[in-house]
Amino acid sequence: MLTKEDIAKRIAQELKDRYFVNLGIGIPTLVANYIPKGIDVEFQSENGVLGMGPFPFEGEEDADVINAGKQTITTLPGASFFDSAFSFGMIRSQKVDLTILGAMEVSENGDIANWKIPGKMVKGMGGAMDLVASAENIIVAMMHVNKAGESKILKKCSLPLTGVGCVKKVVTELAVLEITPKGFKLLERAPGVSVEHIIASTEANLIIEGDIPEMIIN
Amino acid sequence: MISKKVNTVQEAIQGIKNDMTIMFGGFGLCGIPENTIAELVKTETSGLTCISNNAGVDDFGLGLLLQKKQIKKMISSYVGENAEFERQMLSGELDVELIPQGTLAERCRAAQAGIPAFFTPAGYGTEVAEGKEVREFNGKMHIMEHAFKADFAIVKAWKGDEAGNLIFKGTARNFNSCMAGAAKITIAEVEELVPVGTLDPNQIHIPGIMVQRIFQGEKFEKRIEQRTVRQRN
Repeated sequence: MLTKEDIAKRIAQELKDRYFVNLGIGIPTLVANYIPKGIDVEFQSENGVLGMGPFPFEGEEDADVINAGKQTITTLPGASFFDSAFSFGMIRSQKVDLTILGAMEVSENGDIANWKIPGKMVKGMGGAMDLVASAENIIVAMMHVNKAGESKILKKCSLPLTGVGCVKKVVTELAVLEITPKGFKLLERAPGVSVEHIIASTEANLIIEGDIPEMIIN
Repeated sequence: MISKKVNTVQEAIQGIKNDMTIMFGGFGLCGIPENTIAELVKTETSGLTCISNNAGVDDFGLGLLLQKKQIKKMISSYVGENAEFERQMLSGELDVELIPQGTLAERCRAAQAGIPAFFTPAGYGTEVAEGKEVREFNGKMHIMEHAFKADFAIVKAWKGDEAGNLIFKGTARNFNSCMAGAAKITIAEVEELVPVGTLDPNQIHIPGIMVQRIFQGEKFEKRIEQRTVRQRN
């Protein structure tokens, strides 16, 4: 089974040269630590910065320079700041190549739910609805099952939706799944995890063709 | 030069009355008009509808207005950092409208730009779209959203001059830049109010025509919500 860092490392392999990337809060934020060697990517944060760098050194935090997770950050050479309307303008007009975000549930037609548990948790959707409605390429980083052991990879989402038919790929602690017109296709399994284990942990149907390779996590 | 300068925060908030709709700039605690909020907390103004991306934290920002029950309704995109907010919302004391962040920003910008409504794909197929006009453009479904109508917009900038010209710093620009001029009256509080002619016209982010009142805040705490650092090695 993968750790959260391993999930981030596996997703980082999806980064391509010259990609502009938006990272959501949680596991997606960790992806920035594992950019493959030899490629140039720029990170966008929807609160209004492009060219986001690592966290500042202690004592160099600037209250006016944060990411969408409200964490203090730095900027890299070539960075720019802009307002919120402009930021979502570049998201809607698909200048951002890849969006990586977390989810509570994903369904086999690519629906995603990640903003509300009615009566329990109401934090809001933040920028997630805008991002999933506009991004061409969306990868979800999530846990395959909840704390009770129930699958979060579903035929149909049970929670209020964030977006419909938008997710392209899912990376969990157990597997890499692609969403095809026919549903979830199992692409890779986590080291030491059997196909049977993944099937047993998945409520949705899985398309399984041939031998399923193990993920390579460096 | 048409001066927008007011001398005090008390003068700046003249005319803010019960049951008004007010926009507040800022993202989390970054770039919030903290002096104006602190002054509103001292008044008995209540029944406010607040348009703000977030609702502050329990003891800072809009959280202070929530503690005093001065807010009737919040229109926000993310409210996860505030326990009192969550309590008032779940108990039904506070009316809350959660909307996508890009839609929130564009509804401000539309008001600022004199555009009554627009179409966006954000929220299509979700409960956000309920009751809204849906239209297909270029093979993709969109929902219609309206410009906000607000009585006051309260924004915070880094530098400003007496003419109301504003310059923001870093990610503190966020919603401040979209809300300036998006309400009947815009109040700008700035860290540094400089004489006219000091700011380079090429560097102005918001021209003074969008601002009706400007003042220099007495002090800025600029609290950091998530202090994250890395070690030197």
